[in-house]
Amino acid sequence: MAEPVEVNFPELKHLVSERAFKGETVLLNMGPQHPSTHGVLRLLLELDGEVIVNCVPDIGFLHTGIEKNMEAKRWLQAEVMTDRTDYLNNTGNNLAYCLAIEKLADLDVPPRAQTVRVILVELERISNHLIWLGTQALDLAAQSVFLYCFREREAILDIKEMVSGQRMMTTYFRPGGLWRDIPAGFEIAVRRFLRMFPERLKQYEAILTKNPIWLDRTRHIGKISLEDAIALSQTGPVLRGSGLAYDVRKAQPYSGYEQYDFIIPTGTNGDVYDRYQVRMEEMRQSLRIIQQALDKLPYGPFRSNNRKYVPPPRAELGTSMEAVIHHFKLWTEGFNVPKGAVYHPVESPKGELGYYLESNGGNQPYRVHMRTPSFLAIQALPIMAKGHLVADLVAIIGSIDIVLGDCDR
Amino acid sequence: MGIEQKAGDMGIVTVGLEQAVNWARTRAMWPMLFGLACCAIEMMSAQAAHFDMSRFGMELMRASPRQSELMIVAGRVARKMAPVLRRLYDQMPDPKWVISMGDCASCSGVFNNYALLQGVDEVVPVDVYVAGCPPRPEALIHGVLTLDEKVRNEKLTTWK
Amino acid sequence: MSEEHLKMTLKSLKDRFGLHESELMKYPPTLVADPAQMVEICQVLRDECEFNFLCELTAVDYWPEEEPRFNVVYGFYSHAKNVRIAVRVPLNGDNPSISTVEGIYRGANWHERELWDMFGIHFDGHPDLRRILMPYDWEGHPLRKDYPLGYEEPQFTFNYDEIDKRKHHGRYEEA
Repeated sequence: MAEPVEVNFPELKHLVSERAFKGETVLLNMGPQHPSTHGVLRLLLELDGEVIVNCVPDIGFLHTGIEKNMEAKRWLQAEVMTDRTDYLNNTGNNLAYCLAIEKLADLDVPPRAQTVRVILVELERISNHLIWLGTQALDLAAQSVFLYCFREREAILDIKEMVSGQRMMTTYFRPGGLWRDIPAGFEIAVRRFLRMFPERLKQYEAILTKNPIWLDRTRHIGKISLEDAIALSQTGPVLRGSGLAYDVRKAQPYSGYEQYDFIIPTGTNGDVYDRYQVRMEEMRQSLRIIQQALDKLPYGPFRSNNRKYVPPPRAELGTSMEAVIHHFKLWTEGFNVPKGAVYHPVESPKGELGYYLESNGGNQPYRVHMRTPSFLAIQALPIMAKGHLVADLVAIIGSIDIVLGDCDR
Repeated sequence: MGIEQKAGDMGIVTVGLEQAVNWARTRAMWPMLFGLACCAIEMMSAQAAHFDMSRFGMELMRASPRQSELMIVAGRVARKMAPVLRRLYDQMPDPKWVISMGDCASCSGVFNNYALLQGVDEVVPVDVYVAGCPPRPEALIHGVLTLDEKVRNEKLTTWK
Repeated sequence: MSEEHLKMTLKSLKDRFGLHESELMKYPPTLVADPAQMVEICQVLRDECEFNFLCELTAVDYWPEEEPRFNVVYGFYSHAKNVRIAVRVPLNGDNPSISTVEGIYRGANWHERELWDMFGIHFDGHPDLRRILMPYDWEGHPLRKDYPLGYEEPQFTFNYDEIDKRKHHGRYEEA
């Protein structure tokens, strides 16, 4: 038995149970710098031997003040910051922001732009799930899966670089459509990826799905029941792993998702293994969606014609005076979004991502709030971790797929 | 001349102490796992198979500061994280170097506000700054090679 | 089916609590409520109208208007009927406080901590109200409009010397 612990901050005494004061349990700090916490997450663990009695997460080590900083920028400058909140889902964040502005401003988006948006967002979903798989496997000591996943991801990053010039923070979606039209090699590159990827998925499943070590380390670990998941506002694979088939793409379709045919995978137990299965199946469904979207990619304009929000093409500047005025206004002052507020949800790979956008009629956002799935997933972590060993906690943190930039903004 | 000529074919090479030690230091510099945000993903990509960093000596990423020599600060450092960063830097044994990877670590990048350190050189001395948001893995490797050159040119009197 | 459920819910809430619709929010359909009614509204929404999911809890600061200064926005979703609804609650500027809904929707716990941290809105009855995103000893509530951004002036050639005198960036002295 250890020495009785003296908790120096009286206002924090409620975080530890009475057993800690008697010395029966040990307080361990799983600090902000840790190879398995997927970012800067600090966990205060109260351990009885190696069994976790309670786990108190401490976040804020990556708080960037994005919401306040966006209020000081113009609408288009603020979009650059949306890439960097959830840095594994850049296009998804861009999409949510642009959809919210389009709802406030009643902007139309041409079908070609909607289809390309869907293709890129689904590719991003696959890329996010690949990193999730690679890092979770790395934490559970399957190191080669990490290298394979990053090799696949390079193909997706090449596609993103081809359309926008940037590997990760593309800011390719703009209010009204896309920044510029897709280049000639886009369709070939995506089709090549679609041909190559199903085989690789089969390889990952062959390594992991029926592997007895993987089953031992993920079955019956980190269970969360459906009532708890709904009460704690969980969404995404965590909720779907517990049994409820809720996906914003099916419930409130946006950007043309109602045209595509895909299923929503669910689990039954709500443990780590079920979430793994859900995400692997989601990757396959994403491939289906990309296939359908690519087959029906329509010709046409790639951005809206509303000159109050979208700059005119350069060829028009030589002939039309209004084009010059619009160009000037957009470049000096930026566009003004009419007064109003909107909450627009989108399905990010981690769950429901919602942007609450409020405008007071000016050229700067008045209030931007991002309802991020990682924030709520970490809130549910103590419930999932109670009673498990510390080594299981590593598996649980991997399975809820948190990104601390998404959580702390 | 001198010893080498007399030793003939015995396989002895003479070299300056500085050169030898600096060469050894650059060839196996193990970085500490300090990925904070988006740049960490590009650092992981640089470590992965496509842009392999282990051909430059960074075979492993050590999680413990006691066993590493290079701290690659990859990502934005919040004010809450700054004391942690300084503590980890102090826990690293000499010789140690710091690469500030990305715009946010060098100068806080896009985010000029209350919540971030405006550049990680407010708390630790930086040897090489790598620009980019996030820098490509090739840019990070170029930063590592620049650090190699810097270490190669260190003199005996400035060794830590 | 979801449209009818939405109309039914809006009508029943308006009749029971005397609320009116908000013109500011374009989507989802929103009602404006009093802080004192909020706990009861949440109870009714969860138990009778099947809105079992709290998806959004945030606030907006309208400084320099003092009354109301804050507007707390609650967003609800019903899984069974696929309907979204939102409620806005105006709060005054000095010592803004409202009772917690954490007893009804457990997910509101961290959201309310974040609102306390960022805006200074106190939640009565919250079991653990302390700072979540900023350091423990931080003073001030950053997302309020009268809190400065903390913008650091970039150093160009024309103001090189003035900024150099103010801070010694890059020149680190060995301890």
